[in-house]
Amino acid sequence: MSRKKKASLLLTALLSVFLVAGCGGGDKQSGEKSNAKEQIIRYNVCAEPETLDPAKATGLPEGTILAQMFDGLTRYNNKQEITPALAESWTISDDGLNYTFKLRDAKWNNGDPVTANDFVYSWLRALDPNTASEYAYQLFYIKGAEEFNSGKGSKEQVAVKAVDEKTLQVTLAAPAPQFLGLTAFQTLYPINPKVDQASPKWTTEVDKYVSNGPFKIVSWEHNQKIVMEKNPTYWDTNSVKLDKLEIYLIENTDTGFTMFQSGQIDIQDQVPVQEMASLKDSKDLKISPDVSVYFYRFNVTKKPMDNPKVRKALTLAIDRQSIVENVTKQGQKPAFAFVPFGFTDADGKDFRQNGGDFFKEDVTEAKKLLAEAGYPEGKGFPKLTLTYNNDQTHQKVAEAIQAMWKKNLGIDITLENVEWQIKLNKEDTLDFELVRAGWSPDYLDPMSFVDMFVTNGGNNDTGWGNKEYDALVKQANATGDPKVRMEAMHKAEKILMEELPVMPIFFYTNPNLIKPNLKDVIVPSFGLYADFKTAYVE
Amino acid sequence: MIRYLLRRLFTMTVALWLIITITFAIAHSIPGGPFASEKKLPEAVKKNLEERYHLNDPLWKQYTDYLKNILHGDLGPSFKYEHQTVNSIIKSNFPVSATLGSLSICFSLVVGMLAGVISALRQNRWQDYLAMVLATLSFSVPSFILSGLLMYVFAYQLGWLPPAMWGTWQQAILPTLALSALPTAFIARLMRSSMLEVLQQDYLKTAKAKGLSEYAVIIRHAIRNAILPVVTYIGPLIATVLTGSFVVESIFAVPGLGRWFVQSVSNRDYTVILGVTVFYSAFLMLMNFLVDIAYSWIDPRIKLTDSKEV
Repeated sequence: MSRKKKASLLLTALLSVFLVAGCGGGDKQSGEKSNAKEQIIRYNVCAEPETLDPAKATGLPEGTILAQMFDGLTRYNNKQEITPALAESWTISDDGLNYTFKLRDAKWNNGDPVTANDFVYSWLRALDPNTASEYAYQLFYIKGAEEFNSGKGSKEQVAVKAVDEKTLQVTLAAPAPQFLGLTAFQTLYPINPKVDQASPKWTTEVDKYVSNGPFKIVSWEHNQKIVMEKNPTYWDTNSVKLDKLEIYLIENTDTGFTMFQSGQIDIQDQVPVQEMASLKDSKDLKISPDVSVYFYRFNVTKKPMDNPKVRKALTLAIDRQSIVENVTKQGQKPAFAFVPFGFTDADGKDFRQNGGDFFKEDVTEAKKLLAEAGYPEGKGFPKLTLTYNNDQTHQKVAEAIQAMWKKNLGIDITLENVEWQIKLNKEDTLDFELVRAGWSPDYLDPMSFVDMFVTNGGNNDTGWGNKEYDALVKQANATGDPKVRMEAMHKAEKILMEELPVMPIFFYTNPNLIKPNLKDVIVPSFGLYADFKTAYVE
Repeated sequence: MIRYLLRRLFTMTVALWLIITITFAIAHSIPGGPFASEKKLPEAVKKNLEERYHLNDPLWKQYTDYLKNILHGDLGPSFKYEHQTVNSIIKSNFPVSATLGSLSICFSLVVGMLAGVISALRQNRWQDYLAMVLATLSFSVPSFILSGLLMYVFAYQLGWLPPAMWGTWQQAILPTLALSALPTAFIARLMRSSMLEVLQQDYLKTAKAKGLSEYAVIIRHAIRNAILPVVTYIGPLIATVLTGSFVVESIFAVPGLGRWFVQSVSNRDYTVILGVTVFYSAFLMLMNFLVDIAYSWIDPRIKLTDSKEV
């Protein structure tokens, strides 16, 4: 063999190692043609789902994908109201403990009827310690549920029963008005017991996947897209107008933005921050409310944050309006309280509107408070460190606040940028001075915010505690009377905002890229990004 | 030769074991875990999860279990992606990375060598200047900027090619270009300087003197000698393409292995971190080994033996 041949042979051999390994990756067709009459929406959920098992799903992308395929007992409509779904009607006992759901005639997409037993099976499955579901605790409101999950009780002691085929009875451990809304949440979706028993891995295999909602899954190309079609066996299939729903799993939001601009996708629920300015007056940008709050935690176990006057001075000395207008630019609302807008109070009005603002920004007052705390004009104030997780927006907000405190109070702080999990670890171990945080609710009720700050609460992370506060939260959780409950939460929030272990900055919004010809896409303020049940293309 | 092979195999195994051990130690020493989230889990739930994934075992036991499993070719389940095992992740994602990688390597070898040869033969003429200006440009523009630029021009402005995703040959063009820009430029410069050096050699004058055609001289004598530095570069080239692919794959939404490498670290998905690291290391070692063999084959002056035997 000549040397030249040898060389080329080896190069070929080397490259064929790649190519042999490479075959199979490049032969799939992805560009399907849509005919003019077909109703189809292409939506980028911006993530590969971690699981499509309703009992195990925790994230918003998973919740969103599942919501297209499932109905729970209830479902939220476009006004954020709870409406009947698989449950036709329900009754709640006066003490708020007993729920009885009447199921409608509904079918799984393999033809099986949806029965009360399916719910019992699914909820017990989610609670089973062997399932190891992260969101099992969403079911802890049910009597006996936490005991079963922690191995202290048995399956039979969980108070959920199928009275007959169409009647489901649930007893709670304590009154929890948020329970009804939770039945619209993925952890409480029913699954088909026969399918689950026949093939336990059904959630990972598209051809075995059985659901009961507006759409059914047709294909799942990992990190590329999930294709769904209208489910003809869905009980409310007449309300479903789309023939097909393509859910893209493109993680890079800039790439998604280019795809949106060049017409490859119709809707994406994340907007790259740097594009916000150029989209300001565009019809493609829709900003929806979001019931979440952006705030800083103070570590009250460290000096000088142990002094409420210092915390108040820092809280009063920033300009929130300027932050949302010039830094974050997504139409956020400045926050002068902790619980966001969007929760219904006992009188049917908005909880936040009823509660109002708890403080006013006031530099003179802030200076006075700081002087009273022993730091006139910021003299002698220790150099605090503000920790935030790696993100462009968090950094800009932190820089703005750093500058405001310097200008208004004459104090210097250091910024510390860390990775997400490092931040969580620092919060957990109170190894910080000031830290950036955000909070979105588990269910549509102020309690999801208020119960964070009970003494030694798992999500408190400030070292702060107040007996009166604890008592109010306890009172709210024990009563069946919505008026007493809401009143207690208003009072608790007032204490929180007087003592300020946290400094609210703004209430989030939810900016979406959406083609103007898409109609009736439901964009909820929590729990999931979008619901396409009634959506259509004009 | 056999002795050399065995020796090489042994050092590769030891190196892999060291990589596993060090990666295991580092992955478990950074704060956090696969189930850390802003919302704290109740103790019972956390316990159930740890039990399921054996995270409550002592670290040494997790380590020895891992080594045992890896000997059976089992890299474990993903903690974060319930429907995937590390084996299935590699099996379904590596072929995509490999396709993109081999396309880029082919492109950079062919175009890079061609450009290098042409600019050497046309030294200090416009062909040379053009090639070297282009090379300098692609050498200095980072791949994420080039990717964005390519996507903006060819997908958004001109609409000739799809902006992202994977499956059709059209979708492979832009990521291949983005990924091969840097190695192409490097190879072009390498080939050019190596050619210029070879062209000065006496044996080329001899070849010309004995009446060989210009074409034969260049192909048979000049290029074959000048190609050696390029072959040496193939090893590092594969590494460049592999690491470069993390960025390019993310921007063009290519479902390759790079994404898992990066994401598993922030997810603390221990098995995926380890599995992908081990796989990449083994792959790179194997490629370097093949390159070494290729090198000795092309140039018999280089012998693959233990130094003692020389």
